[in-house]
Amino acid sequence: MVTWPNFVSQLFNGLALGALLALISSGLTIIYGTLGVLNLAHGAMFMLGGYAGYVAYETSGSFVVAVVAGTLFLLVVGVVMERVIIRHFYGRPHADQLLVTFGLSICFVEIVRFFFSSLSKSVPAPSSLSGITSLGVMFYPTYRLAVVGIVAVALLALFLVLYRTRLGMIVRAGIEDSVMVDSLGIDVYRVFMVVFGIGAMAAGFAGIVNAPVVSLTPDMGEAILVQTFVVVVIGGVGSFPGAVIGGLIAGEIISLTSMVDPGYAYVMLFAAMTLVLMVRPHGLLGAPGRE
Amino acid sequence: MEHRKSDPRGSGRRRFIRAGIGVAGGLALPAGLATRAFAADHPPIGTWPAGASGDSVFIGITVPRTGTYAVQGEDELKGYELAVEHINAGHPLIRAISPRTKKGVLGKTVKYGVADSAAKPNTAVQAEQRFITENKAVLMTGSTSSAVAVALNKLAQREKVLYLAGISGSNDTTGKDCVRYGFRQCFYGQTAAAAIGPIVVKTFGKNRKAAYLTPDYTYGHTVTKSMSDYLNGNAGWTTVTDQVAPLGAPDYSSYLLNIANSGAEVLLNVNWGHDAVLSTQQAKQFGLLDKMKLVIPYQTPFLARDAGGNLLAGVYAATDFWWTLEDKYPLAKMFVDAFEMKYGYKPEWGANNAYMEFALWAEAVENAGTFYPPDVIKSYEAGRKIQSTVGEVYFRKEDHQLVRPVIIVRGKQQSDMKNKEDFYDVVEIVPGLPLMQKPDAFGCTLGDYA
Repeated sequence: MVTWPNFVSQLFNGLALGALLALISSGLTIIYGTLGVLNLAHGAMFMLGGYAGYVAYETSGSFVVAVVAGTLFLLVVGVVMERVIIRHFYGRPHADQLLVTFGLSICFVEIVRFFFSSLSKSVPAPSSLSGITSLGVMFYPTYRLAVVGIVAVALLALFLVLYRTRLGMIVRAGIEDSVMVDSLGIDVYRVFMVVFGIGAMAAGFAGIVNAPVVSLTPDMGEAILVQTFVVVVIGGVGSFPGAVIGGLIAGEIISLTSMVDPGYAYVMLFAAMTLVLMVRPHGLLGAPGRE
Repeated sequence: MEHRKSDPRGSGRRRFIRAGIGVAGGLALPAGLATRAFAADHPPIGTWPAGASGDSVFIGITVPRTGTYAVQGEDELKGYELAVEHINAGHPLIRAISPRTKKGVLGKTVKYGVADSAAKPNTAVQAEQRFITENKAVLMTGSTSSAVAVALNKLAQREKVLYLAGISGSNDTTGKDCVRYGFRQCFYGQTAAAAIGPIVVKTFGKNRKAAYLTPDYTYGHTVTKSMSDYLNGNAGWTTVTDQVAPLGAPDYSSYLLNIANSGAEVLLNVNWGHDAVLSTQQAKQFGLLDKMKLVIPYQTPFLARDAGGNLLAGVYAATDFWWTLEDKYPLAKMFVDAFEMKYGYKPEWGANNAYMEFALWAEAVENAGTFYPPDVIKSYEAGRKIQSTVGEVYFRKEDHQLVRPVIIVRGKQQSDMKNKEDFYDVVEIVPGLPLMQKPDAFGCTLGDYA
């Protein structure tokens, strides 16, 4: 229903949803932009981050340890995945890349199901961030508020790495033209490994940060993967700022449409993607030739 | 002259020859021919007689083992497995429900195959079609989603193979989508609403504002309609918002904010499976459970355990079975004990429903004396009173719905729990028949036997 308090609530909620989508999508977009590999296992990696954090939380009882463990575990998973499997697919057709990453995602999901069953697991929010905060016109879960801040810091860190470091410069150059970077004497394959690791890490971080908001199930990555693709397409393939803007737009579309009729939330999201593809085929901040 | 006494059966020598020829002929007759001769009364139909001609019969089971309803699907499967084990062994519990059962069904061992439906109708239909073609299944079952149940109902009628709806709460399953070849054991939207409605009104009063969280398919729509029809029609309640969410929604924040801003006093969460767990947890996170009362019109097995945090304390829910019914019904106690011994935990209603489905099927087939589907259907339709884990039950012949009580439970405070699975008090056992709509009220037309 459209009322002033509900509009403000949903607007804010869209920001919170969008922030998380932006973080996951940024990992996906820099991997695709640099390596040219469309990683269908990205949703499963988001889920793995949540479960790794869950194990760490169960062992240590500390949410901070869970976040660090979930993130680092996915960094390792990403690097190993790239070295052992993905690197063999750089020169192969997109269909092969899609199949191998899709296969990996099935493996990840089933491995987790094997060890943890289909029963949902939950990681509680740290006690200092649990409860509800009054924002004047609305009440909002404190932890979800914190997530907005946490994600903003993470995105800022990612921005600094990509735009203020030598590595970031190489990555961005790789996104524009990896052949040229290679011919300038830079070991582009090492960069690829780092980029894949960073992308996986972003998914893992998002997974564990999101864990107290949802409960963990082995197939939780599926739904988020679809939304993430939409975000990347809207924002522009390979564009980090595009992923952030696309994420926020997607979050607001879902949230504000839900205010009028939740049944149309995802319809509107896909309608927006269609519109963007018609008007700007490379996405809002994408550039021709990247994809 | 001595007249030999005439023997109407003929002389001893002739009798001997006739019997000898008969025995020799019988031995020479291949088993298939014998079946065909026996089957001559009935033309082949569905998988009959092929599916029932060997030493065993096959049941095709499709349950969701992945996705939103995976936990409930696995639980349901355990109920099926236990029932098959009991049927094949002639366990006392099965024999209490189906007194004619000895071992197996009509002396044939029951075998089964399992496929993951992921709660998707197409996947379930394809799997069952395979069981029919490859295994000559005489029975299909499964579903924890009414969308699957309705699809399999249609398959059953088309293929003329019996289908027992698994967990299915939609009014449509034995309403407008009912079929001659389909039967349902469990409670459903209409009976849930009629059973829990009076208790909700008594507890929260008249003229309340209600918000609904409804999953977007036949189950959600019919349960919400039955609930709101009852509350709005009988107690002057108003539905201030109905938040319809897709199955497996990853986040409920938008829906919950709409509810938070709706002025609702009672939240009726119709979501099921993991959706029910997640939406209830998030309702707590958004402070809704502090502002409004929660009611669960159609309980999800393991909801109290999985939602955690004592979120169901004081919450009323309608259900099919709760394990403390063992104090009232001896068969419930036998079931709970056998299940717990095999699986190590107390069964919830999904497993009980599955077990009872097979037990009632065994009863129907034994009474029919044949697997010939129309005769089995007529046996179901005979309306025999059968002992079950919730007392005496029977199938209503007009819509193939089991007439059975609905159990109303209320979540316990953690401090009152006697063991880690003691989540609910049974508040009321509401007799089934008065809860049910007239057989044709939801548009049920069963269709043909053959």
